[in-house]
Amino acid sequence: MKLAFITGIGLLFIMAVAASCQSDEQIEFKRYYSSGSVLYLAHCQNCHGEKGEGLQALIPPLTDSVFLKQNRSSLACYLKNGLKGKLSIAGREFEGEMPAAADLSPIEVAKVLTYITNSFGNKQGLINLQQVQADLKECK
Amino acid sequence: MKNIICALIIIALYSSCKSGNSTPATLPILGNREPVTKTVNGKPVTDTVYSTIPAFKFVNQYADTITNKSLDGKIYVADFFFTTCPSICPVMHRNMLNVYKEFKADDNFRIISHTIDPKYDTVPVLKKYADKLGISGNTWWLLHGTKEDTYQIAKKYLVSVQEKNPQGEYIHDGYFILVDKQKRLRGTYDGTDPAQVTKLIADIKTLKTEPDQVAAK
Ligand code: HEC
Repeated sequence: MKLAFITGIGLLFIMAVAASCQSDEQIEFKRYYSSGSVLYLAHCQNCHGEKGEGLQALIPPLTDSVFLKQNRSSLACYLKNGLKGKLSIAGREFEGEMPAAADLSPIEVAKVLTYITNSFGNKQGLINLQQVQADLKECK
Repeated sequence: MKNIICALIIIALYSSCKSGNSTPATLPILGNREPVTKTVNGKPVTDTVYSTIPAFKFVNQYADTITNKSLDGKIYVADFFFTTCPSICPVMHRNMLNVYKEFKADDNFRIISHTIDPKYDTVPVLKKYADKLGISGNTWWLLHGTKEDTYQIAKKYLVSVQEKNPQGEYIHDGYFILVDKQKRLRGTYDGTDPAQVTKLIADIKTLKTEPDQVAAK
């Protein structure tokens, strides 16, 4: 009985420590993700929808993890300069035009990208400011 | 026994709530109204005349001419948009799709969406938009007309649309206007708010049962 009690306390203690000892990376991720969700609501949700579902054949969904992964380093440029032309997303063809989100700063781009690449069934980790700044230098 | 009492209480509470905020069986008539006195059988009779949508002529996505006559005997919803609208239009039409799906089997119902950018939104552009939006048949018409005609009719629907602002954006509001078979305005709904669009769908059902609407051809 006493042993069980001590083990229980011990376990609780370990859990508490583990919870408070989130790595810096996790904390950074959470910050990016939660501000990203606010930015998504203000800048993207009207077109891409509450659940990233898009709008029929007019606006593509943000649920295609393969596309997002393959084009990970171009996503910042898509937002900064807009995107136009044929796309194959989630097995469907799209040919529309996304206006440039010119008013988003690089840090905001990083936050909103962290949000979309970790929502709607995607799980691709942090896209931080340094990453976005590097990607933006390579825009075509 | 206790269960039965509980159930009864719940039912009583529920029905009292329901009757408290149930929608009225008829919808209000919006817009200007004027009392008009005329003489019928030698006696003066005062009637209320409501403002109605005047005659119009536009072209839809199939290049068919659509006039006020095309909407005779139909309840319809009107809105104003343009295909390249970056802001509220995708939300409006995401919501309007629900209205479309609900009533597309009803030939006495229509949706009309006027483009406020007729220069870019030509008939083929409207057709392509309709296809991409996934709408077909004659339930939902996308209407093209001159800018003057479109802006004039917008006023009749109490919707405000303006020329492009210095940023090259059109300013317009995202209202859905419900019009009855007598072409009177019966409701305005914020087309960007899913809850209001749900109310619109309920109101259309209510309107359809009004004696005036059932009788009108
Ligand atoms: C005006 C509507 C509109 C807004 C606002 C908008 N997008 Fe898009 N987005 C589009 C369209 C249309 C495309 C497809 C462009 C094409 O066909 O080339 C697209 C494509 C994309 C793509 C690549 C294709 C895909 O579905 O994965 C991503 C990623 C994306 N948008 C993210 C965003 C993010 C993040 C925001 C907010 C900062 C945003 N978009 C805001 C309309 C919009």
